Amino acid sequence: MRLITHNMLSCNIKGVTNGFPLKIEAEKVIEKEVDFNPDFLKHMFAKIEWKALVEAARAMGYGELPEDSPDVAVIESADETFLKKLHHALLEIHLEEGALVCPETGRKFPVNKGIPNMLLHEDEV
Amino acid sequence: MSETPPEIADIMRVSSHREVYEPCDDSFALVDALLTDQTNLINHKPNICMEIGCGSGYVITSLILLLKSKLSNIHYLATDTNPLAAKVTTETLEAHGLKADVICTDIASCLETRLAGLVDVMVVNPPYVPTPEYEVGMEGIASSWAGGENGRSVIDRMLPVVDRLLSEKGWFYLVTLSCNYPSEICLMMRKRGFAWRILVQRSTEEENLIILKFWRDGEEVERLEEETISDEFSRSLSLFMRKQ
Ligand SMILES: C[S@@+](CC[C@H](N)C(=O)[O-])C[C@H]1O[C@@H](n2cnc3c(N)ncnc32)[C@H](O)[C@@H]1O
Repeated sequence: MRLITHNMLSCNIKGVTNGFPLKIEAEKVIEKEVDFNPDFLKHMFAKIEWKALVEAARAMGYGELPEDSPDVAVIESADETFLKKLHHALLEIHLEEGALVCPETGRKFPVNKGIPNMLLHEDEV
Repeated sequence: MSETPPEIADIMRVSSHREVYEPCDDSFALVDALLTDQTNLINHKPNICMEIGCGSGYVITSLILLLKSKLSNIHYLATDTNPLAAKVTTETLEAHGLKADVICTDIASCLETRLAGLVDVMVVNPPYVPTPEYEVGMEGIASSWAGGENGRSVIDRMLPVVDRLLSEKGWFYLVTLSCNYPSEICLMMRKRGFAWRILVQRSTEEENLIILKFWRDGEEVERLEEETISDEFSRSLSLFMRKQ
């Protein structure tokens, strides 16, 4: 699972109101290069919860993202340094083994072979 | 017509497991529907595509291959309640040199909040076989076909989720059987502001498959007579069958 997906995931146990973002416990992280596409990144940037992404990237061992969300000028500028970092964080690092932890309840969802198991137990739905 | 053969998943490279649904007539019909619509899909320029109930991964792999040469950097997501299916899907993707994010979840429940309004293409081959209600969602292979009353239990739960996740320009491809009362499904989607079209109709020995495509048509529907849609549906179906 990549961080673009992590940024869209929340814990939906019944009654939980703050199920986002899930904290990452990384045991194994892999990197895989993909083509750089600025338009796609600009489109996605608007939908990303910045703080969640910064923290998730850090948990995966990538600390290059700026703490505060850059403004639109940076996204649109000809200098692609920032977009390259965003690209790497969103699309190139994969959580292979580890867990996702609900920020409210502490419930752990395992991640094996890159697949988060978000299935709920009967008493959680 | 086209110089290169259609790029879809290679059945020899589709991974399998005895508890995971193998690609079957319904899967092939869905991929054929996507092939019929390939040019439209490319012009549609989706950013996020998603499959609910990915099973062996045959369909999502085909969708990726269909779009890959023309569009780069689409984000692909796939879900299934069966952990073995999720695993087999990643194996199938890998065997084709592809990657998508696969998540084990009920329909899309862990994505509903944050992914709302972002999915441009949704494909679903749901469990659609009419069965006793208790068989729905059982563990293992039965949950890949068991659809409860009229085969509609899971489908009817999916429709509002799909509406929620689809973007303004979102498209939705759905496998149905004639015994699922597809005209009723069209009516339910019509009430949510979607228009529909039949993309593929195919009768096999056991079932009469109909692949539907839905899109938002911007029209608010105030009053809708069930008969109107039902008539419309029968008309397009017979028109469609005559063309074949
Ligand atoms: C008819 S099979 C289709 C598999 C594959 N997409 C294909 O076309 O060959 C239906 C799939 O949906 C999955 N499924 C059943 N109920 C589900 C649910 N509530 N949420 C997500 N997936 C579900 C099953 O595990 C199965 O893999």
